[in-house]
Amino acid sequence: MHTRMLVAGASALAILAAPHARAASDADLEAIRAQIQSLRQDYDARIHALEERLKAAEKEAAQAKAQAAQAAAVPAPVAQAAPAPAPTPTTATRGLAAFNPAISAILNGTYANLSRDPNQWHMAGFLEGGESGPGRRGFSLGESELGFQANVDPLFSGNLIFSITPEDTVSVEEAYGIYKPGIAGMVPKFGRFFSGLGYLNEQHNHVWDFTDAPLVYQALLGGQYQTNGMQLTWVAPIDQFLELGAEIGNSDSYPGNDRNRNGAGSGVLFARVGGDVGDSNSWQAGVSYLHSGARSRESAVADLFGNDATASFTGHSDLWNANFVWKWAPHGDPHYRNFKLQGEYMWRKEDGDLAYFSPSIALASEASYSSRQSGAYLQAIYQFMPLWRVGLRYDWLDAGSVDYGANSAFLADPSFHPRRATAMIDWTPSEFSRVRVQFGQAKLAPNFTDNELFVQYILSLGAHGAHIF
Amino acid sequence: MRPIFRFIVLAWLAAACGAAHAAFNIFATVPEWGALAQELGGDKVRVYTATSPLQDPHHVQAKPSLIARARTADLVVATGAELEVGWLPLVLQQAGNDKVQPGAPGYFEATSAVALLGKPTRLDRGEGDVHPQGDPHIQGDPRNIAKVAAALEQRLEQLDASNASYYKARYEQFSARWTAAIAKWAQEAAPLEGTHVVVQHKGFTYLEGWLGLVEVAALEPKPGMEPTTSHLAQVLSILQHDPARMVLVAAYQSPQASEWLAQRTKIHVVSLPFTVGGTDGAKDLFAFYEDTVQRLLKGAA
Repeated sequence: MHTRMLVAGASALAILAAPHARAASDADLEAIRAQIQSLRQDYDARIHALEERLKAAEKEAAQAKAQAAQAAAVPAPVAQAAPAPAPTPTTATRGLAAFNPAISAILNGTYANLSRDPNQWHMAGFLEGGESGPGRRGFSLGESELGFQANVDPLFSGNLIFSITPEDTVSVEEAYGIYKPGIAGMVPKFGRFFSGLGYLNEQHNHVWDFTDAPLVYQALLGGQYQTNGMQLTWVAPIDQFLELGAEIGNSDSYPGNDRNRNGAGSGVLFARVGGDVGDSNSWQAGVSYLHSGARSRESAVADLFGNDATASFTGHSDLWNANFVWKWAPHGDPHYRNFKLQGEYMWRKEDGDLAYFSPSIALASEASYSSRQSGAYLQAIYQFMPLWRVGLRYDWLDAGSVDYGANSAFLADPSFHPRRATAMIDWTPSEFSRVRVQFGQAKLAPNFTDNELFVQYILSLGAHGAHIF
Repeated sequence: MRPIFRFIVLAWLAAACGAAHAAFNIFATVPEWGALAQELGGDKVRVYTATSPLQDPHHVQAKPSLIARARTADLVVATGAELEVGWLPLVLQQAGNDKVQPGAPGYFEATSAVALLGKPTRLDRGEGDVHPQGDPHIQGDPRNIAKVAAALEQRLEQLDASNASYYKARYEQFSARWTAAIAKWAQEAAPLEGTHVVVQHKGFTYLEGWLGLVEVAALEPKPGMEPTTSHLAQVLSILQHDPARMVLVAAYQSPQASEWLAQRTKIHVVSLPFTVGGTDGAKDLFAFYEDTVQRLLKGAA
């Protein structure tokens, strides 16, 4: 009604304001009346239309109100009525920082109580290299990690992980790019990365179920095998999981070393299959092969006279690995209870020459060398209630047949099987923290038995990437 | 070594090019999106659901079977809002299927169609397992399903254009049935409005918003943390001056803590399906809400 009165008033004003109205003739008045009439009709029509629209709008509003009242009789209403998803403005407003890579840090520390001097720790019959041994006695920082990860552009993503050792050295553990669109379904990775060899090798040590690496990894791969090079993996486009992978690289990590040559010094091939059995079980099995070479790869050994000596190997190294993992969780939900059984077997042959050097008696000798050595581990982890897990592991090594050639005058074929049994219990209050106590007994040589106790914490800060199966 | 590698690369190329897929493969991360994709796609699609309804959707492993299915998928339907952050990025990266990488049309996030509730005001891991972008459990409210359905149907039309009219027709049919069902559930659940409830895990925000339930406490001291005795004692004292009718537990969770509470107060433990298949009654998308409403009504009685 207000609208109608307003418009009527406006028309009256218009008439009064018309400049020639007062002095007009009858004819003019008629014309004006006609004009007013038509104006009025015009306005009436418009007002009517406006009224209709107003009524419709009022009806809509009432409906909306009723709906809102129905939906919102609770303290958490408003967003429901929002027509479009609320944009998250935070990232847009952070300027340059918006493109910062995801940063993660792993704090990993141990307390170790070792019954034998870790400097005397040797696996009898093996020419060790890389990282082996139980680490330092007492409190130490373990291996902390710092990682950066981001998409570089639509084509590449990058990953950089530093490892910070208790000795205050920083090393590049992994630094690789991935070409994301792939090549015909193959995923290319390049740079430095943990090889897809075996099962445990690709995982960072803070993800391991035990504080230290299995003996077979320490003896035959020097801890963990890194590739400086490139990798292609391909998953078969079928419902059954089948993954094939190939790597070429510099041969600079144990059992190879830097040979100062062009081309690919080492290669890895691997294949994995896997699947589910029912809702509650899943498994994966794989085989892999590593070919590498070394030139004057030095290992510390004890010779037949009981003196410390060095043995430098030059030649080729071929390693085969077979691995499997079986996981059980009721209905696939590991939260309350779960079980994991995992094992790997490795066999390595090395052929070439060995240079023996004893500083104490100033003697050097070079002869042919050939070895066939193997080892395996089997471990089981059981989470019996939320947050708590227990685990057992058994390691064994076979120093196998070692042919020292003419060097057998200085070095003995020990025909000993180093072995170790380990038990652990850990507490995982959240997926970002874990505290572990581990006890192991290692018989590494006929007269060397080490009792090893570890207390370890692992804290994960910042971005927390997904873990591989 | 070299000839071996060359041979393998060539063999892969041949196999990859020769692989043909007949049906339109959909990889759904959780059962509700699997069920919705099946409703919309009918017999033109082959749906694989990555997780079981009795699995905590926050803790899923990047299993080999998931990688294989992601490899052959034409469309990945995920919840988004970081619900799958612990496994999906890795599965997609390992699968190497560029059709379904985040950003590609073959990657769909349900939360992109819905306004999220419960965006944390304090972003700190000290607050437990918080979801920085807001609560991802949008399946609590069937009106969200309607929004996701509309967006998902668009995506299906875009990706599988030859069956566009089929998807459209199925969507319209679904949409009409869904609207009618929502009205029916709202009517049935009317007595629940204003009912005070306790939740075990903060995963029912949208359900509470839809039915007008009032959450007075949560049994988990922080999201994702197991209930502790000291926190349960605190909940008991809250309930003394603000009594609740029922405690809601998702089917994938152990009801132990809720039962402990029920023994000490006059409170009903109501186990809700949480997703399609979570209970025997919740066999499809419609039955999921029907069962949820019925269980709530029974618990409130």
